[in-house]
Amino acid sequence: MSIVNYLLSSFSIGIIFLLGATGEIITEKVGHLNLGIPGVMSVGAAGGCVALQLMYGHNLPGFLIVLIALIACFVSAGLMGVIYSFLTVSLHSNQNVTGLALTTFGVGITKFIMSRLTRIGAHEYLYALEYFRAPFANLTNSLKYCGVMTFIALITAILVSYFLYRTKTGLNLRAIGESAATADAVGINVTSYKYLATIIGSGIAGLGGLYYIMDYAGSQEAYLSIEALGWLSVALVIFSLWKPHICIAGSFVFGLLYIANAYASSILGIQLPMAMTPLIKLLPYVFTIVVLILTSIRKKRENQPPAGLGITYFREER
Amino acid sequence: MKKELALELKHITKTFGNVVANHDVSLDVYKGEILAILGENGCGKTTLMNMISGIYFPDEGEIFVDGKPVIIRSPKDAFRYKIGMVHQHFKLVDIFTAGENIVLGDSEKKRFNLNDVNNRVAEITERYGFTVDPQKKIYEMSVSEKQTVEIIKVLYRNADILILDEPTAVLTPQETRNLFEVLRNMRADGKSIIIITHKLHEVLEISDRVAVLRKGEHIATVDTKDATESSLTEMMVGQKISLNIERTEPKNSVVRLKVEGLSATDDEGLKVLDNISFEARSGEILGIAGIAGSGQRELLEAIAGLYPLNEGDIIYNNPKTGDTVDLRNKTPLQIRNLGVRLSFVPEDRLGMGLVGNMNITDNMMLRSYRRGKSMFVDRARPKALASEIIESLQVNTPGVSTEVRKLSGGNVQKVLVGREIAAAPTVLMVAYPVRGLDINSSYTIYNLLNKQKESGVSVIFVGEDLDVLLELCDRIVVINSGRITGICDGRTVTKEEVGLLMTKSHEEEREVKSNE
Repeated sequence: MSIVNYLLSSFSIGIIFLLGATGEIITEKVGHLNLGIPGVMSVGAAGGCVALQLMYGHNLPGFLIVLIALIACFVSAGLMGVIYSFLTVSLHSNQNVTGLALTTFGVGITKFIMSRLTRIGAHEYLYALEYFRAPFANLTNSLKYCGVMTFIALITAILVSYFLYRTKTGLNLRAIGESAATADAVGINVTSYKYLATIIGSGIAGLGGLYYIMDYAGSQEAYLSIEALGWLSVALVIFSLWKPHICIAGSFVFGLLYIANAYASSILGIQLPMAMTPLIKLLPYVFTIVVLILTSIRKKRENQPPAGLGITYFREER
Repeated sequence: MKKELALELKHITKTFGNVVANHDVSLDVYKGEILAILGENGCGKTTLMNMISGIYFPDEGEIFVDGKPVIIRSPKDAFRYKIGMVHQHFKLVDIFTAGENIVLGDSEKKRFNLNDVNNRVAEITERYGFTVDPQKKIYEMSVSEKQTVEIIKVLYRNADILILDEPTAVLTPQETRNLFEVLRNMRADGKSIIIITHKLHEVLEISDRVAVLRKGEHIATVDTKDATESSLTEMMVGQKISLNIERTEPKNSVVRLKVEGLSATDDEGLKVLDNISFEARSGEILGIAGIAGSGQRELLEAIAGLYPLNEGDIIYNNPKTGDTVDLRNKTPLQIRNLGVRLSFVPEDRLGMGLVGNMNITDNMMLRSYRRGKSMFVDRARPKALASEIIESLQVNTPGVSTEVRKLSGGNVQKVLVGREIAAAPTVLMVAYPVRGLDINSSYTIYNLLNKQKESGVSVIFVGEDLDVLLELCDRIVVINSGRITGICDGRTVTKEEVGLLMTKSHEEEREVKSNE
């Protein structure tokens, strides 16, 4: 049974990476490297939890509670996207610096909000756990983690992939990330695309944070671990070569590697010392580096990052 | 046949900061004609066209399309008025297919289907006699194929007015002929075509009328059938203006640098330098004239050890030892270690010459930090040098610790030239040293160059203003598409002669070669 549990747990922790990476891909496809993703995911989680706390005791139907929490999460994470795009798109500030600042800010403010929530009531927001984990909430094995948001994440990834590669709007969006000047010259509104992509991307990434607290972890300290998971999402973008459909498989691989140490003894019968845990958690990064090396050697143009990634675009430049 | 007006420009003015790019330009374009816009580089051709295609917005003046006044604020507006521009530097997404690039940004409210797009592309290509594979990725295409995609992109949006910015600069003669065939088909179809160029023979071959711009102003529009190469050159370069730059006779002139048969290619595999040979002598200023992008930058960078060469030698005669060394394919550091005192003032001052975020002293150290054995840097000497340059060249700055980017263009240039001269070069190469400078700063630079010449330095001066070249230089090398088309005496040559050498074709020669 432990193998099944391992696979299911890997799959569901992978959903966090999947949501984070899907959001980041949309942003990177318009040429903006948002290193604020860990902060965005944290704030998304906080926004969702605050909404849940406010709805506590009002006897709302479960699906409505989940829906409102998701919207609150999406909006609060999206607001982080607004800050990021205002600074980088309108004020042309450095993307890396802005992103890192956003991570620090987002993680910090989340810690503040979440610690307040715990102090007011006894973290009542966790009452909604059963709604998030529906339809498998009452199971005892790892299938219980595969709640509604799992399906939302998978559908989102597939839709985003379809949108990016099969629609005209997606074509326009990718063109901006490759060469903003080209897109501008054919009359695409570069600024609004960049804003929308960043905000929607942030919103989707934020859902990953809420999923972790309300589904996978289901504990009051969970918010402390979101930052680390956020960085893995950024790594997953590279691992999946900027393609959301590959992300689905990639997130599973990341999940397998990330929790390998917890299942090593029960599956393989090896007793790993505690000190090994951080090393094993490094594996996703090692794999990302291997993928980077392989794609750099093969130099296939389609597998490279968007050509305009990280480059700020000014129009009236002479 | 009665001609209908397609596009009118009235009194267009555009300035960038203090630089006037276009001043009071008025132009008409008719339906079913090819209008050539002719002018030297920096005369405002591209800026003018960018205003029609929505990249820039004019400061003053009006634009009329089909007799109605229009406001074009963005490329999207331009497309709405059926105006499309093919830029000199292609604006294509490399990893997309031709079809995807063509449909990009198209606002048609139809279900997106690449097959439909490809069919329509096939229709257009057939109509005007192109060939292109819509499924091919841009990065697999040749330059001429990319250009074809750009033109189809514009036609796909039903453009009636097409602007082509130096379309033949990157094409072979055969490809140029094909392009002209396509342009004639489009003209026959009633489209208006504006072609920017500085190749006179092409103007005469393809256009119906020629508009000549000079220094941002519209000089005249003439019917091509009434024009000749020399009449056009005269309009293009204008009357000679006396600048009163002093010029002394070279003294004790010996060959310092001998360049033999230099050839180089760019990233795309196109020849940028083709069999370049000349001598630079001590105590003289050697001018290099040419349309921008004719290989000047590559030539200087090749001598400085920054651009890889396919063929040729750069022989340096060391005045101290009398030895000769070949500088070909050596790095700047190796060149310096050979005892060659070469100074280079590049065209991109804050990109290649100085570091904008560092102060004047630190920028001095960029050239001298290797000196000395201590692990700590010696700031005293660079600081003294910085103060000296500020004083002797009258650099307008609050002090030596001011960041270079905060200085004005002229002062930046003084700092750079000052540093390069302080290295006591035997060969001094300067590229467009007075670009963007006011009159006084320009004269300061001319005087500095003259002083270097008098002290026996071999100065190589790449310039764009023919009046300056004719008054400052002892000899002028004219290059055209990476080849030398003439080496003239700066004292006797006329402006028109240099202008013709800069623009005349050597297509016939080239074709003979390719037939061999």
